[in-house]
Amino acid sequence: MKEELFISGRDIPNIDPFLNIWHWQIPLYLFLGGLAAGIMFFAGLFTIMGKEKQMATTVKWAPFMVPVALVLGLFALFLDLKHEMYFWRLYTTIRMESPMSWGAWTLMLVTPLSMIWVATYMKELMPRWNWKFDFVEKTVAFFTTKRKEMAWAMMLLAIILGVYTGILLSAFNARPLWNTSILGPLFLVSGLSTGLATIIWMSKDKKERYILSQIDLGLIGIELFLIVHLFMGFLAASAVQIEAAELFLGGQFTVTFWVFVVILGLVFPATLEILEIKGFHIPIWIPALLILFGGLVFRFVMVEAGQITRYLY
Amino acid sequence: MRYAMAIDTRKCVGCSDCVVACQTENNVPHGYCRDWIVENVSGAYPIVEVELRSERCNHCENSPCVRCCPTGASHIVEGGIVMVTHDECIGCGACIQSCPYDARYSHPDGYVDKCTFCQHRLQKGQNTACVEVCPTKCLHFGDIEDPYSDVSLALKNRTWKVLAPEAGTKPQLYFLT
Repeated sequence: MKEELFISGRDIPNIDPFLNIWHWQIPLYLFLGGLAAGIMFFAGLFTIMGKEKQMATTVKWAPFMVPVALVLGLFALFLDLKHEMYFWRLYTTIRMESPMSWGAWTLMLVTPLSMIWVATYMKELMPRWNWKFDFVEKTVAFFTTKRKEMAWAMMLLAIILGVYTGILLSAFNARPLWNTSILGPLFLVSGLSTGLATIIWMSKDKKERYILSQIDLGLIGIELFLIVHLFMGFLAASAVQIEAAELFLGGQFTVTFWVFVVILGLVFPATLEILEIKGFHIPIWIPALLILFGGLVFRFVMVEAGQITRYLY
Repeated sequence: MRYAMAIDTRKCVGCSDCVVACQTENNVPHGYCRDWIVENVSGAYPIVEVELRSERCNHCENSPCVRCCPTGASHIVEGGIVMVTHDECIGCGACIQSCPYDARYSHPDGYVDKCTFCQHRLQKGQNTACVEVCPTKCLHFGDIEDPYSDVSLALKNRTWKVLAPEAGTKPQLYFLT
């Protein structure tokens, strides 16, 4: 039976014929948020483990990237708003049911925290650094004594931030591709992996890179496992989700997803990392760049494809 | 009290009067609309069936747009009407993503806009603009909890369906089949 659907009198910008209300800003933000969460998580983790000396890049240098990534991400988010002069409305209320409200408040906590963390390492990393004002000096000195507590807070908030980048999408049941609870953990693991890739790229210490590469391999393994699960779940679900999965299994996103995200962004860098661990000399920036690129493409594909999927009636 | 609408798909001729009435009444910007006509053609020639539906916001009882709104701009008022407070809306687009019926749009002024069941008219005791103008009287509106309201009477002896019930939103537009 053939079925045709006409909608007369409707050609609303960004809604018809396909929803396209979120553009490049959202996936870019999801990528930067995940990356920041990844760096913060490992900086916190190795501080709690007392490995500041062995993992110097992870704990001291890489966190400099966090405020940069967060501020850029927040700016992208701001550009996405269509009624931007009212953005402060986010902070006049807390809405427990809205992932976006959770995200806004998490960012409100995480961004200053990451800046304070960087500030406490300023003097150690740049001996000639001078805070100029006495009260800044004293505040930074106070937080320097509270690094362990801050590390715990960073780890916890990093997990919330990482999971939130996925839950933001999975909370929309109107978009079948997003409406799966696997998206939260998948985005978290992917974010941790992109964070690690950044640290590995920055690190000059072979031993540190060796440890981080091993962790990253584990994360890539989990990510691949979650992707397989994602599609298994879709194919065993209702018609709308089978249709969503078909966009990636023969549909218009097949090549982008499997070639750029899975092969170039996960399998290939994982192979290079294994070779490096085995003792081959691999330029460190190659797997790192591939992982970052794969993570970015992954978020673009998910946001774009998700908006196309919908309920049929 | 629970406002709802019944749309008689056998009486609707797809004239789009409801669309124009709404655009005029609510000052909807050019190129946008809060209600629209769907023409669903099924079957293969010569056995073809057409269903005409005048669609708009379903004013869902379990409304995903209200749940995901980060500022509380999307809210439910008396009678179950889903409304948007313009100067609380930041234009993030979350509610547009969350609507299985694509009933919301981004107004050129930045905020999100949608059908209000003509709440400003209801407060004056008038009916919604689309119901008022329908030339075939295929739209029925009223309090679904009142057994003698126009909408309850329309649903009483007819079969009906709601759109995408599997989305779990408990929509309040009933299509008489």
